[in-house]
Amino acid sequence: MALPTYASPLERVWHYTYLVICFAIFFFLIAPIIVIIPLSFNAEPYFTFTPKMRALDPDGFSLRWYDNLLTFGMAQPDYPRDANWWADVWRNSKWVNAAKNSFIIGVFATIIATVLGTLAALGLSRPEMPARRAIMAILISPMIVPLIITATGMFFFYSNPCAPLAWIGLEPACGRLAGTYLGVILAHATLGVPFVIITVTATLVGFDRSLSRAAASLGANPRTTFFKVIMPLILPGVISGALFAFVTSFDEVVAVLFIAGPDQQTIPRQMWNGIREQISPAILAVATLLVFFSIALLTVVELLRRRGERLRGVTPS
Amino acid sequence: MANALDPHAAIVVQASAATPAPLTTADGQPLTRALARSQRVARRRAFMLVLPLLAFILVTFALPIGQMLGRSVHNDGYSANMSRMAAWFAANPPGTEREEAAFEALARDISDAAAARTIGIVGTRINYDVPGTRSLFTSSGRQLRELPDPPFRKAMVEINPQWDNDRLWVAMRSASTAVTGNFYLAAVDRTRNEDGAVMRVAENQRVYLMLFWRTFMLSLLITGLTFVLGFPIAHLLATLPTRRSNLLMILVLLPFWTSLLVRTTAWIVLLQQQGVVNDILVWLGVIGNGQRLQMIYNQTGTIVAMTHILLPFMVLPLYSVMRTINPSYVRAARSLGATSWTAFRRVYFPQTLPGFGAGALLVFILAVGYYITPALVGGSSGQLISNMIAVHMTDTLNWSLAAALAALLLAGVLALYWIYDRLVGIDNLKLG
Repeated sequence: MALPTYASPLERVWHYTYLVICFAIFFFLIAPIIVIIPLSFNAEPYFTFTPKMRALDPDGFSLRWYDNLLTFGMAQPDYPRDANWWADVWRNSKWVNAAKNSFIIGVFATIIATVLGTLAALGLSRPEMPARRAIMAILISPMIVPLIITATGMFFFYSNPCAPLAWIGLEPACGRLAGTYLGVILAHATLGVPFVIITVTATLVGFDRSLSRAAASLGANPRTTFFKVIMPLILPGVISGALFAFVTSFDEVVAVLFIAGPDQQTIPRQMWNGIREQISPAILAVATLLVFFSIALLTVVELLRRRGERLRGVTPS
Repeated sequence: MANALDPHAAIVVQASAATPAPLTTADGQPLTRALARSQRVARRRAFMLVLPLLAFILVTFALPIGQMLGRSVHNDGYSANMSRMAAWFAANPPGTEREEAAFEALARDISDAAAARTIGIVGTRINYDVPGTRSLFTSSGRQLRELPDPPFRKAMVEINPQWDNDRLWVAMRSASTAVTGNFYLAAVDRTRNEDGAVMRVAENQRVYLMLFWRTFMLSLLITGLTFVLGFPIAHLLATLPTRRSNLLMILVLLPFWTSLLVRTTAWIVLLQQQGVVNDILVWLGVIGNGQRLQMIYNQTGTIVAMTHILLPFMVLPLYSVMRTINPSYVRAARSLGATSWTAFRRVYFPQTLPGFGAGALLVFILAVGYYITPALVGGSSGQLISNMIAVHMTDTLNWSLAAALAALLLAGVLALYWIYDRLVGIDNLKLG
């Protein structure tokens, strides 16, 4: 924003004050995330910059908290670091197991949310769709309803998923979903759906429907039209929707608190424990890794957004 | 049938001169019917695409919430296990003297419930209304394995004098029907007295209305703060050249993409008494080492952390509206003699209101239901209503009260959601 040439001195002063204010707000946004990165290399179990760190003394920094992530929960953390030690890490380290769970749950939840969400978004963007507004409102609601309410409802339902069938006189016996991977995956898929719907419908707003008609007139059946014409064009939107759904699952802790069992501890769940019980800089090491993970995801999403806009011929912003 | 208003139809009708025949398709069907059918097919096709997801959401999301809300008006922990007492309460209106028959029913029911091992459920149900009575039921249950000799009233009072307590009997009467509105009364700090009239609970037990009020006020404050902080940077982003604004946009999007727990942890680290902010203040000499500020584990912590976390939800809608505002309006205002303040106030600001409405509603909706951040950094003064729902779910196990509180919160959120849909439209929800 350039200052117009006719600006008065007072306006000039205000303009620079305004820039300083903006700078301060950006600082407020980003500083908390940046500050944890150096703190995670602290050699001492403190959450503050020690005198040695301030003097940039190498002794003030260490990788001990990152090492702690591997050894926490291990059977024999002090053994020599050979193949057996790494096998022990892979099997027993609490953080490694949490990461495995987060990825397993995240990937499957994302697949469910993306497949169902993309199909629904295609239906919702058709002009013939009946009751569009009401259905859209229902499909977006998992994002709006407070998580604690969703998680509470799921807690009861997943402990005995067949209970509602009793209302219509059936009483089949069925297992629990609470405390199983399937339960957490279904819950996270539900929470990820709104993000897929929003991103894919946004992509379809600029979609030229005459393309699919052209494909049909050239003899393509609906399946070929979908995979050869529609899909390549909306793919960037689908992928960013999938990434949103994955991040939602990867970051979700309330539903995990209520319906996961001890075998489904995810990274956020493990962090929750760490923050509530004995907060140690190991949490900061995880946080730092997660910050870099989000930077990577953000980069991918931004690239996809620009590519999608180029593909659909929308002027890039 | 040919539509008289359709110009094409009119032409065809004129062309066929004397015998106006209805328009038909190639295979001889009336055109309107063929059109209606093809539209029906198109509608069904569109709906079939949405159906799998709709069914999925209804089963994994709407049904569980509905089932949970059912608990807020239905709790058969007492009525299902104390059938004789339920029958006695049904037969005798409130105010009836507790005679021998009532105590006989009580003794027999407790004896049976103890044998069926359901006495704990019964005690828990009454314990919601009269704290401390769960052990009364379980210990009496152990002593009543063998039914005592009549008179039962004397026998029960001998086991525990509590059994002749008015308050206990009021609670048992209200629990003797499975369907009850009492949990909603409890959720708004009301209870029923001996005559069944609604009254406020004792002063020191009034927590829920205060919590709803606090949730409302804090959400309002946080929405206001996000607006005050979000407006300048959204404006800057919208007016900078694209390349530089994209670069600065990363500073908004990175927090948006960063894990909630990471951001909450960051604030704990910064605001602790031995944390970075206090260290800097001590180093600058603003405060002494002994006067470190308590900025976390209280309301301040909740406000600061939630403002930070929800700020992108305000900036993004504001930004997308501001980007569409034509700068020539402000220039025109200036050229007509408006000062820069007047031009901003009368010309620019009103045009940003749609973005403000969208951002403010979204931030408020999200803030009202926030759970994790208050739970981790809120201490006791920064807890919101969501945290109370969690307490009743996991600690006191008063699930019906948790459901009643959840229902009230949900009603508020859905009302706001409806307003959001009317004013902004869910289609206009944008992410990044």
